[in-house]
Amino acid sequence: MEASSQPGSLTVKKPFMSSTFIRVVKYTAVRLVVLFITVAVAIYLTILIANMGGYVDTMMRSEIEYNVTQQVINNPNSRNMSTEQKKTMETQMIAAAIKMRGLDLPLAVRNARYLTNALTLNLGHATIMVSDTGSRTVRLILLERLPATLLLMGTSELFLFFSSLFLALSLSRQYGSWWDKLVIALTPTSSAPGWFYGIFMILIFAAVLKIMPFSGLVSAPPPENPVLYALSVLQHLVLPAFSLFFSGFFLSIYAWRTFFLIYSSEDYVDMAKAKGLTSRDIERRYILRPTLPNIITNFALTLISVWGGAIVTETIFIWPGLGRMFYTAIGLYDIPVIVGDTIIYAYLLAITVFVLEIVYALVDPRVKIGGGGSQA
Amino acid sequence: MKALKNSLQEILRYPSAIAGLAAVLFFVLLAIYAMVSIPYSKAITLWRGGEDIWYANPKFAPPAWINYFRSKKLPVSFHTNSADGGMEKVVTPGGADTATIKLSYSFDFEADDYPQELMLYFTDTYKEKMPFVSISLFTPDGREIRVADTGLGPQENIRFSQQDRLINRYGGGQQQFVMRGLFSDPKAATPTPLKGKYQLVITGTTFEAGSDINADFVFHGMVYGLAGTDMYRRDLMVALLWGTPIALAFGLLASLGISLSTLIIAAIGAWYGGWVDELIQRITEVNLVLPFLPILIMIGTFFNRSIWTILGATILLSVFGGGIKAFRATFLQLRESMYIEAARAYGASNTRIIFNYMIPRMIPLLIPSLVSGVASFVFLEATLAVLGLGDPTLPTWGKIINDAESNGALYKGYYYWILEPAVLLMATGFGFALLGFALDRVFNPRLRGM
Repeated sequence: MEASSQPGSLTVKKPFMSSTFIRVVKYTAVRLVVLFITVAVAIYLTILIANMGGYVDTMMRSEIEYNVTQQVINNPNSRNMSTEQKKTMETQMIAAAIKMRGLDLPLAVRNARYLTNALTLNLGHATIMVSDTGSRTVRLILLERLPATLLLMGTSELFLFFSSLFLALSLSRQYGSWWDKLVIALTPTSSAPGWFYGIFMILIFAAVLKIMPFSGLVSAPPPENPVLYALSVLQHLVLPAFSLFFSGFFLSIYAWRTFFLIYSSEDYVDMAKAKGLTSRDIERRYILRPTLPNIITNFALTLISVWGGAIVTETIFIWPGLGRMFYTAIGLYDIPVIVGDTIIYAYLLAITVFVLEIVYALVDPRVKIGGGGSQA
Repeated sequence: MKALKNSLQEILRYPSAIAGLAAVLFFVLLAIYAMVSIPYSKAITLWRGGEDIWYANPKFAPPAWINYFRSKKLPVSFHTNSADGGMEKVVTPGGADTATIKLSYSFDFEADDYPQELMLYFTDTYKEKMPFVSISLFTPDGREIRVADTGLGPQENIRFSQQDRLINRYGGGQQQFVMRGLFSDPKAATPTPLKGKYQLVITGTTFEAGSDINADFVFHGMVYGLAGTDMYRRDLMVALLWGTPIALAFGLLASLGISLSTLIIAAIGAWYGGWVDELIQRITEVNLVLPFLPILIMIGTFFNRSIWTILGATILLSVFGGGIKAFRATFLQLRESMYIEAARAYGASNTRIIFNYMIPRMIPLLIPSLVSGVASFVFLEATLAVLGLGDPTLPTWGKIINDAESNGALYKGYYYWILEPAVLLMATGFGFALLGFALDRVFNPRLRGM
């Protein structure tokens, strides 16, 4: 958490004060607690929605039945029993398990239990889907898909952030130019989600020009050599990442450029110009720095909407991440996986917000001075 | 009224706004046209209809107008029915209640490729003795190709490529070569389509008084109509047309519902302040990390895929959205203004101040976000449809894309199938976004210079 690790403070040369460090840590800790409560409430709402028709209960019951049947089949004593004896044994075991799991308890108590299970991603077993390692545990199925989603989102969002930042800054210096007008004219492209551009990307680069793969994570069969494997993944990453990137690109540039314009009309910028500082110094020190908190707040909102769009983008590109799994789970009507996927998305959103809040704390002078700061 | 006229003039100063307004108007007119030309119930029946409604169309046929952009023309589909007088019909009575019925139909074949299939659907009436027909195709160079000779049950369908005679003669035992055989020039070294006037002649004999033969001649070309067809032979035009009112209604209702409720909540929070405001702020924060699309997917999967359920859920999930923050900031300023103080002084109630004095002042600020919001909800409907969660009965643009996706349209080269709905979606979305964007600059003077 060093100040020099983020772009806005490249020119800040003052020594890192321990009191500042403590304030940032304190701010972060408070935000973490608040955010955790927020996530808990959000997940609880998710469970309430999912359980409106008693779906979580159905899920639990079917899991118990699955386990009991497995136990009875695997029990060596049951081989000699008649079908009827097995049936009564199963019914008794199921009833006991339901009591043990508390499925006969009132709804409020039950929901509280589900919440703890959901928060720990302890979501039981998928009804149909199986992880690549052969497990039916929802947590394993989900975590297996997580890296692919993080790779796709991370790549596209990092590109989006830095390219928008620098283009917005340079556009704000050429206000009213032809490029500036072009970006304004293209801003409505951001009303379409990433998958929509994904279709065009596949059409142009895969179907017509045949220079990019249609879909997937690696070429089949996957290359043995790790370097070739990485290159293959990279090649498959280009189109989906670019689609996600493109859907946020022009709106981000436009919005950020407007922030930059607002801050570059401040008196201290004129003062700096009068002092004869280079425009590079002015940009970095007097315009970029005070604008960053606004930009980060705006970027958080963009990211949140991109998370949603990524589900269909992954589906279109058959990218083996959480979004594609969502699509498969809908098709197979695998309830535990659908609920689990929703919960993990809530977590991912919260983590996104949290990371951006730390960055916010690092760049917002109000946090360092101890003024509290507004939320990202 | 004058203010409205002024703002309209102001809007028309932006070329992008004119483009957006034109697109929006076009789609509104298209929606009205769709609803008038194809009534709702008919659209649903057509869209859910199977082979019995769409038998006359080829599968996976691009629209006919692509021929204008191709050097090799593709055969256009058509069908004609002798019962409606679509074929020339000559009835010659013979002795002892018999009759000869001759049905003939001539058509021009000017394409550079072969049709998918030729079919005859016979409907005939008789009591005991089946009529008998001989079917021939006369080629432009004067050859007669005998297709089939068969007795007719009450419903008889003849597929040309399944006739043994033709398969043996042209296909070497394989069905896919029959069409090539029928429409090729026999003198050419490599198979080339023979262009010109073809004539189909059906000579039937009936053996009873009152017995009759009618035929429906179906020519499955490679292209069809203005929009093309999908895997169920359905005319995509139905869904493209009807997708318009659905997309507009969904987008407008969602955007209107969300903007208005957000505005009201922001006004209440800003006016009462204290714990009410605090509560609204906290709910907004929770709402921010609620995964919107996953929850919609959950609702669509577990409960109901009807577009109205999804619309309701969308509004409920977005009421405490990001818009509240922006509105709240402005309401907080508004609360301190003189005319509100005056209203307080004369003893206006809280509801009166909120709904009569505060909210109306914000309507101009609301309109831009409302209009550009339509775009994102039009895309939201498509997004859900692409995930397979579209309304099960309604024909929508998103469902065309979903069908095309699941049939591998991009891999197989059926680009028209995805491009048509995509272009309509894009034009609608960008139209509203452009208009909303221009309105934003008109109503938000702070942005005007930028």
